[in-house]
Amino acid sequence: MRCVIGIDLGSTTTKAVILDEDGAIIGRGITNSRSNYELASAVARSEAFADARFRLVAREVRGELDQALLGRLERAFRLEQTLGQLGRLHELIEEEIERRQYGELGPTVREAVGSIVKAIELEERAHFGSENPPLRSSFFRDAVGSAYNRYAEEISDPKGVTFDLLLGLYDKCIIRVENEPMDLGFQELIDNALDRIENPTLMVDAVRAAASTELDEACMVGTGYGRATLPFPKEAIRSEILCHGLGAHAMFPGTRTVLDIGGQDTKAIQVDDSGIVTSFQMNDRCAAGCGRYLGYIADEMNMGLHELGPMAEKSTRCVKINSTCTVFAGAELRERLSLGERREDILAGLHRAIILRAMSLLARSGGIDDEFTFTGGVANNEAAVHALRDLVDENYGQKTLNISPDSIYTGALGGALFAHRLAS
Amino acid sequence: MAETSAAKDRSMILQKQMIANHYRQLENAPETGDPVVYTFVPGNMNELVRSFGALPVLPEINALQSGMRQKSGDYIAEAERAGHSEDVCTYVKCDIGMIKAGNISPTGTRLPKPDLLLLSYTGCYTFMKWFELLREEYDCPTVFFHVPYQGDGTIEAEHRDYMMRQLREEVIPALEKATGRRYDEDRLREYLTLSAQAEDDLVAVLQSAKNRPSPIDAYFGAVYYVGPIFSSFRGTPEGVEYYRALREEVEARVAAGQGPMTPVGQLDDEKYRLVVEGPPNWTSFREFWSMFASEGANVVASTYTKVGGTYDFGFRHDPEDPLGTLADYCGGCYTNINLPGRVDMLVDYIREYEADGFVINSVKSCNSFSAGQLMMLREVEKRAGVPGAFIESDLVDPRYFSAANIKNRLESYLQMIDARRMGASA
Repeated sequence: MRCVIGIDLGSTTTKAVILDEDGAIIGRGITNSRSNYELASAVARSEAFADARFRLVAREVRGELDQALLGRLERAFRLEQTLGQLGRLHELIEEEIERRQYGELGPTVREAVGSIVKAIELEERAHFGSENPPLRSSFFRDAVGSAYNRYAEEISDPKGVTFDLLLGLYDKCIIRVENEPMDLGFQELIDNALDRIENPTLMVDAVRAAASTELDEACMVGTGYGRATLPFPKEAIRSEILCHGLGAHAMFPGTRTVLDIGGQDTKAIQVDDSGIVTSFQMNDRCAAGCGRYLGYIADEMNMGLHELGPMAEKSTRCVKINSTCTVFAGAELRERLSLGERREDILAGLHRAIILRAMSLLARSGGIDDEFTFTGGVANNEAAVHALRDLVDENYGQKTLNISPDSIYTGALGGALFAHRLAS
Repeated sequence: MAETSAAKDRSMILQKQMIANHYRQLENAPETGDPVVYTFVPGNMNELVRSFGALPVLPEINALQSGMRQKSGDYIAEAERAGHSEDVCTYVKCDIGMIKAGNISPTGTRLPKPDLLLLSYTGCYTFMKWFELLREEYDCPTVFFHVPYQGDGTIEAEHRDYMMRQLREEVIPALEKATGRRYDEDRLREYLTLSAQAEDDLVAVLQSAKNRPSPIDAYFGAVYYVGPIFSSFRGTPEGVEYYRALREEVEARVAAGQGPMTPVGQLDDEKYRLVVEGPPNWTSFREFWSMFASEGANVVASTYTKVGGTYDFGFRHDPEDPLGTLADYCGGCYTNINLPGRVDMLVDYIREYEADGFVINSVKSCNSFSAGQLMMLREVEKRAGVPGAFIESDLVDPRYFSAANIKNRLESYLQMIDARRMGASA
């Protein structure tokens, strides 16, 4: 099967989308961008191919029981990936302990790390063993990082193996785990995953069929902030503004206005009836009011990024916040807290402030036309969506607001569609 | 720049010599006794100043030259330490910082104190504040020449009379007092005659961009071309010589079918013809230009190259009407033209120069230029039927130049033009 790929190298995450010859999506993958776009691109790609293979497997299995089995297989595969990385993390920490020469303390440090890794492993097995694992970040760094933190805090000893020491080892080694290529693709790990679910014949046959399907990559287009750093030929690089426009058009063909709030920029885009960009505006060099701003707020509040929206939605009285300056975010927040404002009300105000800034860019780009599509990571945040709905209503009247649950892939999809055009 | 002809080199060499000589004359002014008049580029009455035997100093030119030579960052920091806020025009802060740091010109020579600050007010409010600061600094006489804004799009007869009266009653007496010399109208006429000659050649150079490929970049390249006429050399024999040489070189390029020289080489394959509104960024000037040139984008007309005088719609300095022509000149500078007038100009340029689109470089610290630019963007798009791009940078504050952001916007914009072309041909 001939296929094409679009890769969106964002400042926070890197996404890949694979299309078949007919332009239909057959696989998607995502990873955190780390500081290495080349590797992030390879990982997102490998993840998208794994996704594509699983979809091929899914075509072979039909019954309800089989679907459940497929779910188990996928989770077993994710567990294999996680354990692979965890094992590597453990190895690297061991080496680091060796290198740092803790002297008498050495064996105790080693033992402490060993127990943390063991505990994480148990937790991961339980997580992926569950039929309905709770939602959490799908990136190894986030999932394992928070568990490591927790266990390190539990077992650390201010007079012996301190919390800082344990965390220092983790910080040093997680970067290496993330920045060295590992074999975590479908072909490498699927057999182990099958072992975990005891190789039911039907699944083994489906997997064999899927694994042997040729996925012949005809063209790849890169977009996003990291695009210039990759060895793509010039014609295979597209601006993310064009990709978001085309991707949004593909998801919602009635789209005329697109708002994309990403990690470090916000774009307001107008497209014509075939998804071609006619006008756009984006924030200047200051990333005020972008996704990264919410990241800082989450850090300041000691919360996960995904927890901000739900908490803001509990607000009963939105606090008016003027500044969306990322640098001032912490100060603004502490000031409001010290004035006795409730966290949920402050958060509601922060979300509204972000959207207000986006509204200004939208106005500059030519306003909001029906239909209006919201993309980028921030589109997954219900408080941001809520604020956007209110402000669009107030300023432009009732408009159809489209948000796809897969909106984070919009840019990569647009890139893949450009690749599809180049290949055909 | 290997392919440049010897003729091309001549204008560049001439310009370099002219500037160096001028700064040297300024450095020696305390010894030679030449009077020194500070004045601004828009509305500079170089012929009048020269007719009194005075040497002009143009603070914006010093600021932009400092920016190009990577000195402005330190000067701005110096001015901020002296209490000037981050939002103040960065030309002003660069100039103030340069004075505080010893008043050494961008070429390394010492700059003399002014004998007179001649403030032509041509639409930029900041100029008044700027000279207030310099008056404070130098404790020297100041004369204010008020040019009425072209609010209705024209210079009315009473505006013209008002300006001529000011020249007679305020400006000329102030120059006489500062220089100790009498006003000599015949001498002024001589300078004005030479101005008109150079202006003819400049217009021919700028309008050469109507060719395909254009032999010049009418923004990045043309800021060099307008340098002499916008600063100290309008009305001088050196100015005439420079523009004659430049015109010959450009005509030779047209005959040879050559595109402009850019930082990434000669641009013969002109993929996009653009019109640009707004001043350039000076601290990353070459990088900024390269972003255009490396994509095959060439600028065929710009409004910034009209801040020191608008000649391509027919105006020339007229020796027969010395004071009237100075009034007309000042009233016609781009900064003094209202927003509908600026829109008309951009739309005309897009049509006459067959441009694929236009780019607005919005300058963070310049309200005089930036106010109204978004309205202009929409209006020009609507009337000319081509897409516009909006990028943001600054004049001489290196902190306000984000290469990644600007490159991203520019590339997106050019790809948007591509996509529209493909859509149109499908």
